Amino acid sequence: MTVNITLLVVMGVLVAVGVYLILERSLTRVMLGLMMLANGANLLLLTTGGAAGLAPLYDADIPAAEYNDPLPQALILTSIVISFAVTAFMLGIIYRSWVLGRQDEVQDDIEDRRVANQPSFDAEDDTAIPVETTEFVTPEDADERPAAPKTRVRGQE
Amino acid sequence: MNAASLAPLAVVLPFLGAAFAFILIRRPVAQRTVAITTLALTLSVELLMLWSAWTQGVQAVFLGGWVPPFGISLVVDELSALMLVISSAVSLAVLVYASGQGMADGDEDGPISIFHPTYLILVAGVSNAFLTGDLFNLYVGFEILLTASYVLMTMGGTGPRVRAGVTYVVVSVISSMLFLLSIAMIYAATGTINMADLAVKLGELDDSTQMILHLMLVVAFGIKAAVFPLSFWLPDSYPTAPAPVTAVFAGLLTKVGVYALIRTETLLFPGDRINTFLMIIALLTMVVGILGALAQIDIKRMLSFTLVSHIGYMVFGLAMSSVVGLGSTMYYVAHHITVQTSLFLVAGLIERRGGTSNMDRLGGMAKLSPLLAILYFVPAMNLAGIPPFSGFLGKLGLLQGGVDLATPVSYTLVIGSVVTSLLTLMAMARVWNRAFWRTPEDAEHPDPVLLASKPDGSTLRTSKYVTDKPTGRFSGRGTIHLLPKSMVGATTGLVALGVALTVFAGPLFQLSDQGARAMLERTPYIEAVLGTGAAQGVEQ
Repeated sequence: MTVNITLLVVMGVLVAVGVYLILERSLTRVMLGLMMLANGANLLLLTTGGAAGLAPLYDADIPAAEYNDPLPQALILTSIVISFAVTAFMLGIIYRSWVLGRQDEVQDDIEDRRVANQPSFDAEDDTAIPVETTEFVTPEDADERPAAPKTRVRGQE
Repeated sequence: MNAASLAPLAVVLPFLGAAFAFILIRRPVAQRTVAITTLALTLSVELLMLWSAWTQGVQAVFLGGWVPPFGISLVVDELSALMLVISSAVSLAVLVYASGQGMADGDEDGPISIFHPTYLILVAGVSNAFLTGDLFNLYVGFEILLTASYVLMTMGGTGPRVRAGVTYVVVSVISSMLFLLSIAMIYAATGTINMADLAVKLGELDDSTQMILHLMLVVAFGIKAAVFPLSFWLPDSYPTAPAPVTAVFAGLLTKVGVYALIRTETLLFPGDRINTFLMIIALLTMVVGILGALAQIDIKRMLSFTLVSHIGYMVFGLAMSSVVGLGSTMYYVAHHITVQTSLFLVAGLIERRGGTSNMDRLGGMAKLSPLLAILYFVPAMNLAGIPPFSGFLGKLGLLQGGVDLATPVSYTLVIGSVVTSLLTLMAMARVWNRAFWRTPEDAEHPDPVLLASKPDGSTLRTSKYVTDKPTGRFSGRGTIHLLPKSMVGATTGLVALGVALTVFAGPLFQLSDQGARAMLERTPYIEAVLGTGAAQGVEQ
């Protein structure tokens, strides 16, 4: 298989630019980065088809090796349509985010912050269990007269 | 009868249903009927397919009459048929639940008219991903379900949902791009994207090339399956969506990733090249996930973390590459889809009845609604793996596989699984103690709906008496039913399905062992697609 090195270099640059932009905090740049990444992937798909050839319309006189490989092009078409739809959706959601928050940035997860800031002590789980004090017997009484304490206490009441 | 010829229906029926539901966008009742009928039909078709795959083994159908390996083939084997049946049953229950919620709330929670078509498209995408025998078609299946999930996740377009949606969309698109890049690389290396053909041809590549392609796919699917450290996005984005949406996402979407991982490990790249690595990842996923769950005070977030944690069990079983391990994984995936979804549905009911899903504000639910307490208790114990529930049986199989393997790493994993199971029990018991067991007065800021009662002292059925209380969830809204019958009914059905998985564990384990054996052998799959004799000389 022959490889077009120019296309591969361009694809590498596109992916690198895409990754750089995705690491930004501004949503518009993240979206541009994703578009670059998608284009890079499409270019890579294109190069897998090998060198350019004839349109793949069957003709009995033409040997098979002279046609272009049609499969990568079918794949690219599909993936272009998909990334178009996703880009449109992302533009919508970024606009909505801007309308709601007036900022074009990735926002923090508030609940996550709250969990991170909560103290490790939890009143429900971590407090010492109070010593059981029943209404029938107090600890001092139990020490003094272990025999038949219940009737005695009841009698007092 | 060759049930594989029915396979396209599992994808086409939901799509047709979505189209009809979209036409009927102004008639909610008709829309609901269409959606539920479609899913019921799909489920019955898939039950036929499961029966056929069980009795006759792997079958394939070739779309458009293209001879394989050209064109797209759909393959039905034990794993995909089981996944299809469980996922459709679960999505049907969630749909009934969501419809009940929509009817009870008078649709004020968002543009519910697009819910049904989008939901059906999601189901179509999931079915497509489970059935396809073509790597690029798997990508398309993923994109169908993801695009539908973007819409469902941000439904209503409120602030928190948009914030969570942005993270979710960006992470999903990145994982899809990684998948697309690896498809391109695989095509460049082998000249085919048919999975059966790849199973033959990938083995002929040299080891380093195989390793790169293998890792690319594992990373791409690892993000979708939420395997640590690629799981960060899940607890961040899932809890903000509406309860039924979170439930179906938790049940199905990560499992599609797990399914793709299973196919990668068994069909495309067999052998134990990265098994130790996967085991370590599985251990980290379990432990980090469950520790995260223990720190949460919101029930939905806690459940999202347990979801991540239990993906670890599936990766563990997968990394064993043995019949016991893989069979248990199949059973465990089916169990986990059902149980995790029912827990999220119950969390939705808790939020409705108690006015909040914040554990600090809940209390006394066991007395307010004993039925709800039972509905929480059964799947919670099931998830934690308490005998005799299906979670216990699945984990037992995994532990057995780990002990059979008898390596230091697998023993560590066995210990890790048991510890994670106990910690899961602790996380579940925390919710039980706070939301159900203690009195509402013990909570720090109990929600007004928990303390309210009718003037005659009986328990509330609607939010009529709390709408004027300023701090609650129901303040300023019309009177709504707290626990509508259809929502409780759908949840009960799903909990019952979880129990049924325990009752029918014998036949199910038989099925999953049979499936695991075929998957590890690989020849049945390859020969079903490429014809007899195609798998000669393929390493097993």
